[in-house]
Formats: sequence, C-alpha cells, structure tokens
Amino acid sequence: MSEQTQRQAYWKANLKLVAFCLSIWFVVSYLFGIILVDQLNAIKIGGYGLGFWFAQQGSMYIFVILIFFYANRIGKIDQKFNVHED
Amino acid sequence: MDLKLLTFLVVGATFALYIGIAIWSKASSTKEFYVAGTGVHPIANGMATAADWMSAASFISMAGLIAFLGYDASVYLMGWTGGYVLLALLLAPYLRKFGKFTVSEFIGERYYSKAARMVAVLCLIVASITYVIGQMKGVGVAFGRFLEVDFHTGVVVGMAIVFVYAVLGGMKGITYTQIAQYCVLIFAYTVPAIFIALNLTGNPIPQLGLGSNMADGSGMALLDKLDMIVTDLGFAAYTAQKWSTLNMVLLTLSLMIGTAGLPHVIMRFFTVPRVADARTSAGWALVFIAILYTTAPAVGAMARLNLMNTIQSGPVGAADGNLVYADRPTWFKNWETTGLLQFEDKNGDGRVQYYNDKDEAFAAKAASFGWNGNEMVKVDRDIMVLANPEIAGLPNWVIALVAAGGLAAALSTAAGLLLAISTAVSHDVIKGMISPDISEKKELLASRLSMAGAILVAGYLGMNPPGFAAQVVALAFGLAASSIFPALMMGIFNKNMDDKGAIVGMLVGLFSTLIYIFWFKGWFFVPGTEMAANTPDNWFMGISPEAFGAVGAMLNFLAAYVVSKVTPPPPEHIQHLVEDIRVPMGAVKAARDH
Repeated sequence: MSEQTQRQAYWKANLKLVAFCLSIWFVVSYLFGIILVDQLNAIKIGGYGLGFWFAQQGSMYIFVILIFFYANRIGKIDQKFNVHED
Repeated sequence: MDLKLLTFLVVGATFALYIGIAIWSKASSTKEFYVAGTGVHPIANGMATAADWMSAASFISMAGLIAFLGYDASVYLMGWTGGYVLLALLLAPYLRKFGKFTVSEFIGERYYSKAARMVAVLCLIVASITYVIGQMKGVGVAFGRFLEVDFHTGVVVGMAIVFVYAVLGGMKGITYTQIAQYCVLIFAYTVPAIFIALNLTGNPIPQLGLGSNMADGSGMALLDKLDMIVTDLGFAAYTAQKWSTLNMVLLTLSLMIGTAGLPHVIMRFFTVPRVADARTSAGWALVFIAILYTTAPAVGAMARLNLMNTIQSGPVGAADGNLVYADRPTWFKNWETTGLLQFEDKNGDGRVQYYNDKDEAFAAKAASFGWNGNEMVKVDRDIMVLANPEIAGLPNWVIALVAAGGLAAALSTAAGLLLAISTAVSHDVIKGMISPDISEKKELLASRLSMAGAILVAGYLGMNPPGFAAQVVALAFGLAASSIFPALMMGIFNKNMDDKGAIVGMLVGLFSTLIYIFWFKGWFFVPGTEMAANTPDNWFMGISPEAFGAVGAMLNFLAAYVVSKVTPPPPEHIQHLVEDIRVPMGAVKAARDH
C-alpha cells in the first residue's frame, strides 16, 4: 500500500470509530435524557426515574468512558496503519 | 470562631497560596506567558483545564439554577460535559498536531487568509467578553456576601482582584495555580454536599443520596418528597419537564458545541506534549469536571428542599405553618444585606409566605389561607450554593470554605479568559497584523492593557447582568458555538472548505446569534433596549436566546458549504496541510505562502 492510500484508509477507519462513539453520545444524552425521558421515567432505579437519571447522572459517566474508549481504540488504529507518533 | 473572621482567614490563606505559586513561577518569556512550554502532564493538564473551565457559573450558579428549574436544568449538566466528547473526538488531537499558539492562528493558516483570522479574533473576543460578564456577576455575589456589602460594591472589589491576579502571571503561573484552585474548589463543593446528603438521606455520597429515601422516617424517596413539597405550594413538580423538547435539545447542543469552540479551553490542548496526550487530556479534564457536575444535581435538589422546609416550617395553610420573619435565621439576614434576597410582608402577619402566586389553581387556596401574594419578592438563584451550608446549619468552617471555593472558581476562569482575550489582541491583532516586529516587552504591555479594558467592560455589564451567571455564560457558549466550532471542524473534516466559505460562515453564525440574543436581551445587553419581551411566546419556534447558538451553527455550516461550492477550492498545499493534520505521525509542513 502506498503512503497515500494508507493514510486514506486510516482516516476512513477513524471516521467510522468517531461515528460509532458519537451515536452513543447522542443516544445517552439527547435520546434517553431528553426525547424519551417520560417513557424511561416509568422505570425506577432507587428514587430516580431512569430518564431523569440519564439526564442528571448517567450521561456524564458515559461521556467520560467514551473519551477514554476512543483514545484507546484510535491508539490501536494508529499502530495498525503505522501512522503513530515516534 | 466568628464566621466573618473565619471566612477572611480561609479566603486569605487560599489567595496567599495562589499568588505565591504565581510569583514563584512567574512568566519570563512571551511563549511561557501564553502556553507554558509544552511539558504539562495530561493528568495535571486535565486538572488545570477543569479549574479553568469550572467557573462561577458551574460553582456558584449552576446548582442554584438546578434547584429552581429541576429537571430542565439537565441541559446545563449534559451540555457542559458532553462538549468534551466533541473536543476529544473532533478537535483537540488535530489542533495539537497543527501546533500553534492560538485558535485564530489555526484559522488564519488553514484558510490562508488574514481576513479569516481577523473574523475569528472578533468571534473569540465577543464570546469571551460575554463569558467574563457572567463571571463578574458570580464574583459580585461572592464578595457581596462575604464582605457583607451591597452586590454592586462586590462587583467592583472583584474587578480589582481579578485584574491584579490575571496580570501577575501568564499561563505558566496559571497552570500550577489552577491545580491548587481545583483542589480548593472541589473540596469546598463536595464537603457540604456530603454533610447535607448524610443529614437528609443517611447516605454520604451525594450522587446516591439524590436517589435515596429520606432519613426522616417517611420512607419517601427524596425526589418524590421534593415534588410533593413544591407542588403543594403551587410550583411545578421538580422532576417534570417544563420547557419544550426542541428548546432543551437545542440548548444542550448549543452548550456542547460551544464548549468545543471556546478559546480558553482549546488553548489547553496546545500545551500537551503529544497528539495522544491531547486525546486523553480531554478525558482527564472531564473526569475532574464530572466530580463536581454529578454532585451539583444533589446540591440543587437538597438546597431547594432545605429552603422550602425552612420557610414553610409547618403544614401548608396552618396559622403557624410559616417562618416568623422576626425569628429568621442569620443567613437570611446576611443575604438581605446584599440585596439578593428580599422579603415583603404583603399580608402583614409577620410570617414569610413563599409560594407560586402565578399559579391560578393555587391562588384560591392561598387566598383562603389569608395569603396575599408571594412574599419572597427576590430570591436570586446565584446565592443558593453559597447559602446552602448555612441553611443546612453546617459548621462555620464549611461555610468559609465554600466562599473560598466560589472565589477560586470565578477567579481561575476569569483569568483564563482574560488571557485568551489579551492573547487575541496582542498576539493576533497587534503582532499578527499591525506591527509584526513589535518587541516582546511591548507585546506583554499590550496584552496587559487589553486585559484591563476587558475587565472594565465586563464589570460594567456585570452590574446589570442579562441573566443569572450560568445563563449569561450560556449566551457566551452560544456565540462560540455559532461562530468558531463550525470553522474549526470544517477546517479538519472538509478538505475543500475554502477561505470565503469559512469567513461567510463565521459571520453568518456570529451575527445571526448575536442579533437574536440582543433582540430579547437588549442591544449590547443594555437594559431597556430589547426589541421584544424575553418570553417563550415571542421566541422564534419557542427557541430561547441561550439555545439559539445551535441554530446559528447550522446556518454557519450551511452558508459555508454553499459559498465553498461556488468559489474556487483551496490551493493544493492547503489540502496537503489538512492531510498532514489528520495523522498523528510526522510534523506539519509549513503552509505559509505569504
């Protein structure tokens, strides 16, 4: 593979990973925390309605996990396509 | 020990610490003044970013807004944390790879245009000054309370201290100082929350306490109890949604992309050693931020509960159910002196009635109790976090600690923003445009003068703020979201985006949002100049001014795309530059053609 096509393949893999992470980002905040909040609130965890919990607690925990997940995966992709830093 | 003396001691000790660190690591060259070399570890950088980021809006104002808005305030929680995901995935690693000092330098080179750089500087300055106005409101509240003076005097004292503080050090001083500030502010925020959660629910972890049952033997969940107490007084249920879903989605989006477009946060990611560190730095910053942000909903709910129970001490409607004004607690009196808490005995019974007199269904009931309107004529949301430990009857040292934490939060962010503003003026405008051979000494002087100017403007507007601290800050995010974020993102993800597209996009985004805000908040935030009352009925499709940044960003993307299609594509060396930015390996080839 030439360097050019290698880089293009790397970028494609990166975009795929970003799209996957952002869809989770969207689901836990906008979908669970706002759009479906009433439906989810029918489910209780402790004193929290589930939708309310996602809006004021859960989404934030998942955001943290997402960033480290992305950093870890993209690090491996860097290695695979040989575009990592020295 | 006397509370006032104790507060002075604690606040004084923490200040001595910050200033000591600032002097010890005083910036010696311009490069250090801006970005502190590039040797800051991701965890240290994350902690400093968290302190820089969590301002008076997060510390002082947000839990107060949560207390009164309930579920709807979730937009602030998700909006101000979710932006870090965008930052880590879409911007930080690429900007670090590009390796420049400032955001506007990136835009200037990527769009091979001085005009683009100028427009970016304009956007940054507008957003940053709006942000500092919000900080000044918070600083005024904190100083007003702890010096026991009027709010306006508090703002003036705050302006003076912020100025001295920001001028003393540059970024280097600030990085180490901010680590100290983070420790002070997170300790100050969580300690009272733990005490109060333990008192109310028996669970010392606030995040769990909020979802627990009350420890008063009723066996009711805290949130259910709170819903009951507030609805009994005619207020909307705490956990219910009051805003439209569209407005909530757009406001959250606006805050998220605004986070990823704010200069003082992005600048942080220029300071880490490697691209991989830029990715994890955003994660560490969010870890430290989330500690406060997941505690805030508990602080808000519990503060509301304690406030309601203090005033409505007995059953609703009982003759002796309300607090006797003459017997009001000390915190009540102290906040009255700041003018941020006001009581008016409308029915002349010497007791305090606090209820929702706008609710028609409840009005008949209130009349039958002999109530003559809500008597808490002013309860400024921004006092809640500072008043919270006093309302809960916590020991004096906790109260003193919270005052110190609030000031740390406001000062650290104000300093970071002033640095971004002064960098924009001295580095981008003066050195980059007007006189490229300016000496380092003169550049530092120019940056300090621009800091002073920014403080004066922000302080003046902070006296008559266009909203509570967190709301003003939300406006700043809307402005950053609508102007900077799309230009940065397209610069990385769209190779064919050209100079004209980016410039038109930024201008469309900035001015559509700015005009929408001024329309409802007054031109340049001057009270009385608004074109329409700031109510949901007047808003376009029910979108609040705070939420309009997301719409502005969409207009920005759209305008840039259309213009880039009808103008020539960027030159080849720019397309290569973008390809270089996208991979971590190697160095970015210089793209200067001028």
